[in-house]
Amino acid sequence: MESLEQIKSRIEAAIAGASVTIVPNPGPANQPSLLIDNEHAFAAVQFLRDDAELRLDYCSSVTGVDWLDRTVKKTVKVKEIVDGVEKEIDRAEEEKIPGYLEAVYHLYSTVRKHGPVIVRMRTTDRLDGAHLPSMTPLYRSAEFQEREIYDLYGVTFEGHPDLRRILMWDEFEDHPMRKDYVQPDDFEYEPTPHDEVLERAKEHYSERPTIDGAEPVSTQP
Amino acid sequence: MSEGVDEGLRSELQKQGVWVTSMQELYNWGRKNSIWPLQFGLACCAIEMIATAASRYDLARFGGEVFRPSPRQADLMIVAGTVTKKMAPQVVRLYNQMPDPKYVIAMGACAISGGPFKQGYNVLKGIDRYIPVDVYIPGCPPRPEALLHAFMELQRKIDEQKLTGAGKAEFLKPQQPSEFPVPAFGAHDLQPPSNPDVFRPPHLERA
Amino acid sequence: MSARLEGELLEVSMGPQHPSTHGVFRMNVALDGEIVVKLKPVFGYLHRNHEQIGERTSYLGTMPYTDRLDYFNSMSNNWGYALAVEKLAGVEVPERAQYLRVILAELSRLQNHASLLGFLLSDMGAWGTPLMYAFREREKVLDLFESLAGSRMMCDYMRFGGCRVDADAAWMERAKKIVYDFPRFLDEFEELILENEIVIARTQHVGRVSAELAISAGITGPMLRASGVNYDLRKVDGYGFYPRFKFRIPLGEHGDTYDRLMMRVLEMRESIDILKQAFEAITPGPITNPKVKVRGFRPPAGECYGRIEGPKGELGFYLISDGTGTPYRYHVRAPSFINLTILEDMCLGHTVADVMVILGSIDIVMGEVDR
Repeated sequence: MESLEQIKSRIEAAIAGASVTIVPNPGPANQPSLLIDNEHAFAAVQFLRDDAELRLDYCSSVTGVDWLDRTVKKTVKVKEIVDGVEKEIDRAEEEKIPGYLEAVYHLYSTVRKHGPVIVRMRTTDRLDGAHLPSMTPLYRSAEFQEREIYDLYGVTFEGHPDLRRILMWDEFEDHPMRKDYVQPDDFEYEPTPHDEVLERAKEHYSERPTIDGAEPVSTQP
Repeated sequence: MSEGVDEGLRSELQKQGVWVTSMQELYNWGRKNSIWPLQFGLACCAIEMIATAASRYDLARFGGEVFRPSPRQADLMIVAGTVTKKMAPQVVRLYNQMPDPKYVIAMGACAISGGPFKQGYNVLKGIDRYIPVDVYIPGCPPRPEALLHAFMELQRKIDEQKLTGAGKAEFLKPQQPSEFPVPAFGAHDLQPPSNPDVFRPPHLERA
Repeated sequence: MSARLEGELLEVSMGPQHPSTHGVFRMNVALDGEIVVKLKPVFGYLHRNHEQIGERTSYLGTMPYTDRLDYFNSMSNNWGYALAVEKLAGVEVPERAQYLRVILAELSRLQNHASLLGFLLSDMGAWGTPLMYAFREREKVLDLFESLAGSRMMCDYMRFGGCRVDADAAWMERAKKIVYDFPRFLDEFEELILENEIVIARTQHVGRVSAELAISAGITGPMLRASGVNYDLRKVDGYGFYPRFKFRIPLGEHGDTYDRLMMRVLEMRESIDILKQAFEAITPGPITNPKVKVRGFRPPAGECYGRIEGPKGELGFYLISDGTGTPYRYHVRAPSFINLTILEDMCLGHTVADVMVILGSIDIVMGEVDR
């Protein structure tokens, strides 16, 4: 298979205005991925699927990822005038990266038997209206997986034929796989609590009526 | 066991070829040896339940092989597996549809308390929050032998149920509810999160 | 008669409590008479938050949870997860452990496919008998798992960079005996069931899937190969020690239920071949990589997608590590879940009784579908 740089330049040549960034993956797995802008993602993935060389006809896995607001600490070299002399000094700076939601597609080829080419798309924010283009018209396998991301992360996939909640019930309002989701507090009885669960369970222990069996539990949390 | 018949007299009569029994004994003997479970599997434990009914463990030896797909024909609900919040209303509804007398075995850690998945947002922390449970079997999943043990425990429990008198079985009391409210899907959790008439969490003294 | 009676469609909710939905699967089916005109699967009745729990637990702590994904094949699930983490952290696996993994994964493939045949025939109305035969064989394999790992179903056997316990010579002998005996069960089963006229009538030309649709819908495993697509990860990725074994990939022609049924039977025969070779090739040696820390295991920051050919299809694990002891993102690409994508396409135009047969031939396990 071609290198990711070649694929990137070919996408950019084929689709006018597409912005493709290679997201490095320094670990031993060495699976870097392509970050494609939302506007051209559909056309780019279509190119990957139909290109005679690549023939990435099989979309294996679609994953949602929630990235919270982060601050990255880094040192930058800045020129400052100290005691009348211009010097280059290191200064610690904090860069705030606003949070976003991400959809990661793992594409393989059953004809050429190569892969994966990993395609990522990012929403602009983590608000309720977060949206991405749907790949379901290209790959049927994305249908349920995008519904799952819609359900658990709250990403609206534009162009999806049947976008409904899939795992949770329809009346459910939260997106439970988001990192800032707070679970309903139903840990009141925990035989062996520890750490965080113990803290949560303790709150209930004090509310409980005196001794077991003496009076019925009238209020449930 | 039987009320009113002296054990000594009974054994004496048996030697003469006269078999004395009571209505209650006969009734319970019949009930305990033909328990029809609801064919209803939720998760991993259901596979062990099938294994229990299959050739090697052979639940039929205890009269429990007639798995009924319809709750209307079932005596026993084996809650075999994780009850999720999405599934809990259906489990309660199935329980409500079963005719009295009915029994529940909570099979496995998940059905008892949520088990390894207890900290999941969609996992009910024990089916006994909504329906009364007769026998609990710990294990993840419990071995088929454990299910057989639970089955025998249930048989013992049925055998001890009294038909008359002050200590008569709960299901014979007219004021005893045989149906329990079905929880509704709420915006964040089930409504209510547990049925206070059924669920009394043990009080733990802890520092 | 050309005029058709136009009536209202009958809407049926099949499941979540249904004897043939393999757990708590539910389908909302619209029927025109007996013919399916619409079918919408409803998921989530066994959504146990596997992924979120995995993001709270240590890397090793997730291993027992993977047992409970596809609870027929805890060994394969363990391998899939171990493979993904090993890729993420760059861990080597010793030779004996690789062979043990192949042996155990193929044993679980054997018992999975045998059980599937039993369940599928139960769905077809051969209630009980084939399942009893299948479970008789399954119990033998489970005994092996139990004596090795301590548990019948939830083996929790593999570790990053190896396996938890070694198999002794006596175990190998028992395993060999069971594997060499297995073809007898297959012969018997094929004779008893697969040439049965009713089975053929119920399965041939039912639920056909074209190769193009199967690939686009991400179908994997025996179901994809029943449509004639030669894509088996044991050959394509060549993970583990599979390149060292000689085996064939059975392919179907029609992509119907009968082909999917036969695929399992033929795969079992190939698995037996692999097992026989593995028993010959395995040599004594260490089964764990001493460089891997059991406590405080922290893979370097990065991400990784690792996949294996599970008995049901491509089982993938996607992990994002931020360098701490718990994964930032842990995602399971479950074959049962994605193989259900085109259930509606397969069932349209067939009778409601065929829906159960088609569903049965997909081979789903709810623990994996809903996770």
